[in-house]
Amino acid sequence: MSDGLVVVGGSYAGLQVAASAREFGYSEPIRLIAGEPVLPYQRPPLSKGYLTGKTTPAMLPLRGEAFYRDAAIDVELGRHALRIDPHSRTVELSDGRSVRFDKLVLATGARPRPLPVPGGDLAGVVALRSLADADQLRALAAEAKRVVVIGGGFIGLEVASALVSAERSVTVVEAAGRLMARAVPPVLSEFFADLHQARGVRLKLGCGVTALRSVQGRVTEVLCADGTSEPADLVVVGIGVVPNVELAQDLGLACDDGILVDGCARTTAPGVFAAGDCARQPHPHVASPTVRLESVQNAIEQGKAAASVLAGSPAANGAVPWFWSDQYDVKLQMAGLPQGSDRVAVRGAVEEGKFSVFHFRAGRLVGVDSVNRPAEHMLARKLLAAGVALTPEQAADTAFDLRGALAASAEASP
Amino acid sequence: MPTVTYKLFDGGERTHSVEDGSSVMLGAILNNVPGIMAECGGSCSCATCHVYVDDAFLDRLPAADPVEDELLDGVASERRPNSRLSCQITLTPALDGLVVHIPERQAE
Repeated sequence: MSDGLVVVGGSYAGLQVAASAREFGYSEPIRLIAGEPVLPYQRPPLSKGYLTGKTTPAMLPLRGEAFYRDAAIDVELGRHALRIDPHSRTVELSDGRSVRFDKLVLATGARPRPLPVPGGDLAGVVALRSLADADQLRALAAEAKRVVVIGGGFIGLEVASALVSAERSVTVVEAAGRLMARAVPPVLSEFFADLHQARGVRLKLGCGVTALRSVQGRVTEVLCADGTSEPADLVVVGIGVVPNVELAQDLGLACDDGILVDGCARTTAPGVFAAGDCARQPHPHVASPTVRLESVQNAIEQGKAAASVLAGSPAANGAVPWFWSDQYDVKLQMAGLPQGSDRVAVRGAVEEGKFSVFHFRAGRLVGVDSVNRPAEHMLARKLLAAGVALTPEQAADTAFDLRGALAASAEASP
Repeated sequence: MPTVTYKLFDGGERTHSVEDGSSVMLGAILNNVPGIMAECGGSCSCATCHVYVDDAFLDRLPAADPVEDELLDGVASERRPNSRLSCQITLTPALDGLVVHIPERQAE
């Protein structure tokens, strides 16, 4: 028996590598350095139902204890990796022990980008990534009357939708001119701006933050670049994440806004893999040469790809990327990564809050964003995976049979 | 606690106590029942926790809401009249003894 597999990071990607490696027949020891004091858990609800209380702590585990026992995965809770020595192939843990590895997976994730202004680290200023962050946010929100969310992306808007109430005002301050500007087209930004305003959230768009003011160390006010200010007793910062690449850099792995990997999650060092938010990969459904994807689905697929190599039958990650965001009772689901799309077509009725936006690049379908159209989202993933030829006119025509187009495409190229 | 019997596709079966108010999906995940993926963690977004509800229990379940109903059109195994997403089945004392059949596949 070898020293086996050590996985650094106990969230979706790390857990998936361990689980799939076992499923695919890897029989050497597996050790998961989970870092946090609790078994791997779901993160998406932390900015949604967990804040409202709809999702309870008991609903969060990704797997029960029985799984780790049955799969013989040794989980190190509450200990993280401090250093990795490539020569002796050992990981030094925060409790002073060292563990040896034959294969290594870095699933180190990402951390919230800190707010780069004076006062960004005051009491009452929080970011959201971990369960501990969510517990802190919940506790602070229970006492808060005026919440300012800095950043109008998915996390910020989900938090806004969870926290706004008759007793608690929420203002979202966003530097870009529209919401979720990096991820969705203007028609969706406008739809969600209307939605949030209708629910009582104030939006300040095109508004940078210059500083936070405090009284006795606690945040009291957010100062904006346009000279205005917002009173606040709680500030939530959601301005993106920074990949955790420090261990990889120490190992001498190639990094560029993420640990560089191939389609099978292999880094530039033999026997060392990276997966999840920390990894940058080439991807058949993405236009740019490489991409760093921040999603549950990618963490799972990349984890499976790494596991396939460990088990001796490599299978690259080629699944259509998908994402979702729940804000109030509106379900936004995105399939594909439509960077640089040159044309969009809207299918369905925006005013009824049930529609999809189809993105085209050079005449090819490259992505579909669906609002309260879960069946269309599922179908879109299949259309994108199969590379079905579709025109913007067909996409916009609700009488055009998308399911039929998929079936016809399958028949034409079995 | 209500018990749920999960009939596996390979012919095996597993019976577990699942907390009142919890879901059939979560009962499977926490007890390591194979064949239910639940990639989205129960937010009714992914259609990978599909089950066939045993006919004897069908009329004790509230009907699927429109979102679940739409998602069921996208399941990887055949959709049948007794198809449900197990994340949307909340356990109650009235469902004690519930039997669900796990389909062959949850993803393409």
